[in-house]
Amino acid sequence: MPAKEAKHSANLSVEGLQKRFGDVVALDGVSLDIASGELLTILGPSGSGKTTLLKIVAGFEKPDAGVVRIDGTDITALPPARRDIGMVFQNYALFPHLTVRANVAFPLEMRNIGKAEIDRRVGEALQLVELAGYDQRLPRQLSGGQQQRVALARAIVFNPRLLLLDEPFGALDRKLRETMQLEVRRLQRRLGLTTIFITHDQEEALVLSDRVAVMNRGCIQQVATTTEIYERPANDFVADFVGESNIFHGTVTEPGVVSLEGGRRLLVNSSVRTVGQRLGVLIRPERFGRGTNVFAGEVKEAVYLGVSFKLRIACDDGLELIVRQPARGALPAPGTRMNVAVDPGEIHVF
Amino acid sequence: MSSRLGGVLPALPALLLLFFFFLFPVVRMLGYSVEGGSFEWYAKALGQGLYLQVFWNTFEIALIVTAICLLLGYPLGFLLATTTPGWATLGFIFVLLPLWTSVLVRTYAWMVLLGRNGVFNRLLVQGGVISDPLPLLNNFTGVLIGMVHVLLPYMVLPIYGAVRRVDPALISAAQGLGASNARIFRRVYLPLTLPGIFAGAVIVFVLSLGFYITPALLGGGRVMMLAVMIEQEVHQTLNWPFAAALSASLLVVTLAVYAAAQRFMRAGAGS
Repeated sequence: MPAKEAKHSANLSVEGLQKRFGDVVALDGVSLDIASGELLTILGPSGSGKTTLLKIVAGFEKPDAGVVRIDGTDITALPPARRDIGMVFQNYALFPHLTVRANVAFPLEMRNIGKAEIDRRVGEALQLVELAGYDQRLPRQLSGGQQQRVALARAIVFNPRLLLLDEPFGALDRKLRETMQLEVRRLQRRLGLTTIFITHDQEEALVLSDRVAVMNRGCIQQVATTTEIYERPANDFVADFVGESNIFHGTVTEPGVVSLEGGRRLLVNSSVRTVGQRLGVLIRPERFGRGTNVFAGEVKEAVYLGVSFKLRIACDDGLELIVRQPARGALPAPGTRMNVAVDPGEIHVF
Repeated sequence: MSSRLGGVLPALPALLLLFFFFLFPVVRMLGYSVEGGSFEWYAKALGQGLYLQVFWNTFEIALIVTAICLLLGYPLGFLLATTTPGWATLGFIFVLLPLWTSVLVRTYAWMVLLGRNGVFNRLLVQGGVISDPLPLLNNFTGVLIGMVHVLLPYMVLPIYGAVRRVDPALISAAQGLGASNARIFRRVYLPLTLPGIFAGAVIVFVLSLGFYITPALLGGGRVMMLAVMIEQEVHQTLNWPFAAALSASLLVVTLAVYAAAQRFMRAGAGS
């Protein structure tokens, strides 16, 4: 069955999308390509335009300019009811007056599919989300996680060409959220369903996606694989938004050397050689260890996080660093003198 | 005990008001209806064809008025709930204006509009639409028009509230799942606004049962409803015990309708 369903999966491309609400620019020229069977996460803070982008793809908003294509066909003007796109809403949007079965059967009934076929497919979909036996319950008789599964079953039961997930795990507690993330990932892979997932939670984005598109102020900042987004962010915003970071700015003074604002000289990868170029410098807190860049300073703050210590260190040359160290031995007390070092290979410049 | 009394004390004026202006008159009326310990007036009210016919008339008119109010009120309430705030405000002014005007004034206004030489008939005749004036006043039609006009807001408001309570995400979801507008209405809006429809229908029906001014004036004495008959017994026949028995019967029927509606609503909410 999954193999058959995978056939429906489409590729999506949006091009030059613009959308304003009054004076607010929600989307400022967004272009994006998503391959068949891919799970792409759109990551961004609230107000970044990610929800507007999703609504335009689903058909609930019309763009001021730009095109949405599924498998090369322009669907920009198509009403949502005719797009064949499955969507899971933030608060699930289950029909409160309908049973679980009727909720999942709804899209099939709208397509005038026969009763026997509906029964079969609803049964399959509920099995897939592990809710077999709950058909006669009403949504309000289910837990948050179960409602989520019903919403998912309803979104995939009609073999949509595309699956959209709009911050679907926001209302779940942490444990359940992690379970659901893995489950969605498993399901999506099994069905080979092209999926767009929207979240403001960067951790979630890293867990789930093939690729991540980071959005801010109506623009896409970077589209890349999860490792690339984390290791090689394209700009300050991405570096800061995804993970913890130490971000500095400076100028290349000689090949492999960046002088930071404030005077500190930092040895970086020798491939950096355009003297006079202004650069951003990123050091992830967990990358400190051995290396040629040594910082001497004093611990200002120390937090025990189980797996690691998180330290805030004020360096003698005026820099302030966030450092993660494996939690071994005693937590350094504030005021402790400390040297930390980082290898040039661990420093990312952008 | 004293603390309990302290709780009642602030409500005392209200309780006294309720006692003297509602409970006491109702008890007095019930007393009249069984004067001399006999139930002959009830026997007359509920046993004679003539009076049963009036009961039936009253129910029939109340049902028809409720149905017309529903047919007009649902689209109106729906529109008000889904249109832009500017149009909604304008619409509300038109819906609520009648509520702030005296029933008597409105009823006389209808007499001016609906009479043989009234505004409507003159427009229609002069416009060549009809050759003879339509009988719009002093009959069933006139009573219906007047009552629907007075009672429409009571239908529109609960329906408006019910439509407003429907989560817009549900409508988006239904669209995304492939539902046409007609199907969204039938499968989502209608079932979710049923409580509002029901509340409006009960209010309009119950108010219709006891309507007096409108049927008295626009019916021209030819449309007999219970309240009109009670008034005649009080003022013309001066048969107070019989009027009291009719009133008590109407009260019981009204309470029964209300109780049945409540039970039905609760059963609906519990399922």
